[in-house]
Amino acid sequence: MMPQVTHHIPEEMVQAYVTGALPHAFSVVVAAHLSLCDTCRAAAEAFEAVGGIALETLPAPTGDGADMTELRARTLAALDTLPDAAPEPRPVAPYPAAVMAELGNRPPRWKSLGAGIRQTILSHGPEGSVRLLSIPGGKAVPDHGHNGLEMTLVLQGAFSDHTGRYGPGDVQVAETDIEHVPTAEPGPDCICLAATDAPLRFAALVPRMLQGVFRI
Amino acid sequence: MTPEMQDGGGELSAPTIWLIAVRDDRDRVAFGRLFDHFAPRLTAMMLRAGLPRAQAEDLVQEVMLTAWQKAGQFDAGRAQASAWIYRIARNRQIDHFRRNRRPLPDAVEMGVEDREDDAQQALALGQETGHLRAALAKLSEEQRAVIEQSFLGDLTHAEIRQRTGLPMGTIKSRIRLGLERLRHELKELR
Repeated sequence: MMPQVTHHIPEEMVQAYVTGALPHAFSVVVAAHLSLCDTCRAAAEAFEAVGGIALETLPAPTGDGADMTELRARTLAALDTLPDAAPEPRPVAPYPAAVMAELGNRPPRWKSLGAGIRQTILSHGPEGSVRLLSIPGGKAVPDHGHNGLEMTLVLQGAFSDHTGRYGPGDVQVAETDIEHVPTAEPGPDCICLAATDAPLRFAALVPRMLQGVFRI
Repeated sequence: MTPEMQDGGGELSAPTIWLIAVRDDRDRVAFGRLFDHFAPRLTAMMLRAGLPRAQAEDLVQEVMLTAWQKAGQFDAGRAQASAWIYRIARNRQIDHFRRNRRPLPDAVEMGVEDREDDAQQALALGQETGHLRAALAKLSEEQRAVIEQSFLGDLTHAEIRQRTGLPMGTIKSRIRLGLERLRHELKELR
């Protein structure tokens, strides 16, 4: 069943995902959200229609590059020996397929950050990082600010901060220099998928110098 | 009949009909037609991404073979063949250029009710795509170049443009609403 999503992904990010302009870490969050949100999925598919039209109107190569005979013969011959498509990652609740793919189709291996808060880093690179965060119901995530862009998708439970309430499928996009104190709702652990293009600055929980160690 | 003649009249595009034949009947003649239609365009797309000719051809072959393998997932009520092939091609390009595999949304399971709906949905989608194509064709050369660069260009300099939210509705009507709204936005661009 699709969750009731009220906080969507900004459409320019959906377009950037479709065209391939979005860095990997944010693409994971967009793909996961599209799995949970028909509205944004429709937007993505509309952008793909534009991509399809652009492809159709692209002039075919001319001159030396125009001859497709050899490639055509090679491609049709390959149909006979084509193996079945590799199985695609499947969702395992509460993790969409895009998250399962990042996890290598295994359950998350949580690392404690203290105070019951746990994380699993999915990927980490110069363009950004993406992780799973698990926050016990009723707990606040320590006061933190951002150097860049942070995108957080709720997969289970819910959290609230001064900008509103975020339940399963909802996405919060936080821009530079927003200080916020998200608090998980009482109940099951709040599990979020969070992408950043810069290290988070946790003010209280983890001393600054240790952030490199925890990669947060 | 050429695909151009059929598009926009509320009929299925020829490539979409070929892809349905590949999906339902594993029709190799239809696959050959899909190849003849898309392979030159896909080659142009790969060359634009800066790939040398031989590598571009390898990727084009992989895209076409993926289309054959995954045709069972094609839903003509949600996408025309061109949009579906575009997605496969972009996936392949991103996997080629990036360290990490491109994350993809969950596959949508097609139920029996979807198949019953298919024809009507597909026709409506075809019509809307035709309108969108017409709107794109009326843009200035410069504006079209920006769109082409964003959707077909190399993957490092794509520009992110500001857009507003989509209206609500069921997913298929939303796709069409999305197309329609994109078309209106394009109209305002002119």
